[in-house]
Amino acid sequence: MSRDHLASLDPRTRLLGAFALVLAVLSVDGPAAGLLAVAASFALALAAGWRPAALARRLVHVEGIMAALFLVLPFTTPGTALFHLGPLAATSDGLLLAFGLMLRVTASALIVLALLATVEPVRLGQALARLRAPMRLVQLLLLVLRYGALLRAELRRMREAARARGFRGGLSIHALRSFGWLAGMTLVRALERAERVEEGMRLRLWQGALPVAAPGRLGRVDAGFAMGVLAALLAALAGGRS
Amino acid sequence: MSTVFALEGIVLQRGASRVLDGADLRVEQGERLALVGANGAGKTTLLRALVGLEKPLAGRLVAFGRPAADEADFRPVRRRVGLLFQDPDDQLFCPTVLEDVAFGPLNLGETPQAAFATARATLDRLGLDHLADRITHRLSGGEKRLVALAGLLAMAPEVLLLDEPTNALDDANRARMLELVAGLAATMVIVSHDRLALERLATRAVVLQGGRLEPATIHRHPTGQPTLHIHGLDDDHRHELELAARTGS
Repeated sequence: MSRDHLASLDPRTRLLGAFALVLAVLSVDGPAAGLLAVAASFALALAAGWRPAALARRLVHVEGIMAALFLVLPFTTPGTALFHLGPLAATSDGLLLAFGLMLRVTASALIVLALLATVEPVRLGQALARLRAPMRLVQLLLLVLRYGALLRAELRRMREAARARGFRGGLSIHALRSFGWLAGMTLVRALERAERVEEGMRLRLWQGALPVAAPGRLGRVDAGFAMGVLAALLAALAGGRS
Repeated sequence: MSTVFALEGIVLQRGASRVLDGADLRVEQGERLALVGANGAGKTTLLRALVGLEKPLAGRLVAFGRPAADEADFRPVRRRVGLLFQDPDDQLFCPTVLEDVAFGPLNLGETPQAAFATARATLDRLGLDHLADRITHRLSGGEKRLVALAGLLAMAPEVLLLDEPTNALDDANRARMLELVAGLAATMVIVSHDRLALERLATRAVVLQGGRLEPATIHRHPTGQPTLHIHGLDDDHRHELELAARTGS
């Protein structure tokens, strides 16, 4: 599938596809299948328009967490000892387990980056609503997206204003107190904003219902992608059985 | 001509200060009333009181011929009155423009389909249809203000309360907003410091000063310069003397 095709995927297809593909990846077993899953997911991410360097930057965060697995699992999994560290024995089984987990998590992250991170978050919120996800959670997500951006912008403006008046940060009492004020002011503003938004909703006679625009039509691209996902899912299941 | 709002002796406290202190006001159907006054005089508070967002300590507020005091009284008032906030970010909370404009009609009891049709028609009418699928927080400041107005107009209000409608708009968007508002039939109360906008839109003016409302006049003096003035009727014309002194020296 070409990049244009992937870009035109409906957000609903992306959500369901990502969910199915992550399930497929999690069901595979062993390093070979894991490597294959990572390779396929990586190809998908490239096809979705990610540059390898940008992808690597995002993955660093994931692999950072995975490093903890490599520190813990070899010592906590029973099996053949590879080496000893004081009273602790590191097992090859544990190492293999950590490696397999890392591959699956990496592949899952790549799938999410390929399918979900390439679309405006608001569109995913709308897609969730159309897929009949619990409306309260969808609303929470949409409002966080809407006003999170605004709060970030307010915080940034205040920090810039502070810097424009020579504020440097650091760990002095003055700097810490200023950070406290900044945080406090952001909270106060957020609270006031929330009150005004609620008032605006009340003035427009809000009674609990929120509009969700009619979804676009699912096209041939969506159908094709769904077939591909299905094939991947079946292959993963078949591989897992054998 | 029927009276839309009648306020008698409204007293309203905000924090430590008494922003309205015996304010009287009548808004007649079809007029466009300019509400002027210094920063912090309580203009926004007065607009909020008209739709029941502020509760007066004393006084009487009659809306569309019915006394309105509590939340239940104001609910039917809000059906007929649209308040345009100073900050459109407070008003646009739906993910996309179309959904936000459909929010009001949906609350008025329209089916989702009808609400979206109303929203589209409203955007078309205002020449904003190209924004329908845009994400609200990605709009420019001017677009946000216009879309917030569309969200009110989709509910077909009889009265519009506009809180600084042209504030912080660039020339193009300001002209757009003025043209749009000038073309509306609704009764209006307009809070603004934009004197030229008020001259164009308003049919009458009141000034909020010391918690009270006094009749005011918007006029020009034949001084050769198009200097526009808004002040209470009982003010003397000291500014004329000042101007004369300045030009004479």
